[in-house]
Amino acid sequence: MEISVLAFGIARDIIKARSVVLEVTDGESVAGVVARLKQQYDGLEKLPSVLLAVNEEYVEDSYVVSQGDELAIIPPVSGG
Amino acid sequence: MIEITSKTIRTSELIDYVKESGAGAINVFIGTTRNQTAGKKVIKLDFEAYEPMAVKELQKIADRAVEQWDILSYAIVHRVGIVEIGEEAVVIAVSTPHRKDAFQACEFIIDELKKTVPIWKREVFEDGDVWVAAHP
Repeated sequence: MEISVLAFGIARDIIKARSVVLEVTDGESVAGVVARLKQQYDGLEKLPSVLLAVNEEYVEDSYVVSQGDELAIIPPVSGG
Repeated sequence: MIEITSKTIRTSELIDYVKESGAGAINVFIGTTRNQTAGKKVIKLDFEAYEPMAVKELQKIADRAVEQWDILSYAIVHRVGIVEIGEEAVVIAVSTPHRKDAFQACEFIIDELKKTVPIWKREVFEDGDVWVAAHP
């Protein structure tokens, strides 16, 4: 199954895309997905305290992805 | 009212929006773009948002503020895209029957916004640019 991954701020610069589609396995957690992304994209592992959101809500690392989910990589926010 | 916009924020319009006949106070926080960071000249700022989630997170903060203080009306507007030096990056207006609630609610909203709302600021210098808070 597939999910889309959104990247923002410095994470977008590292992945060099705002959005990528990723093949995931049944029962895979968002932490697992991000671990694979870190292997694929140099520099991603150096980011401190990246938070994750699925379908526009923050989730824990153990959250299991489903078909069609939108996973967002949220580097430290700096609004205001 | 909660909004993410690429247009100039008209603070006076937000003040008008939160005006209520039962209000004894309106407090406004304006976050403006500064011309330097740690002594280094900043030319402009560029804000990026995960817009639908940013609106949701702002709504959660506003809901929490409404639970804690006697708020009659509020407006929270944040810019995205290029924001020139001295312009409003964020404006928060809150009306309450008594001033203390307005001050406290406004401070709470901007403090929480900076913690959880998915918006990112890129400072553009004469010799490059950097995502703020991306590296410790």
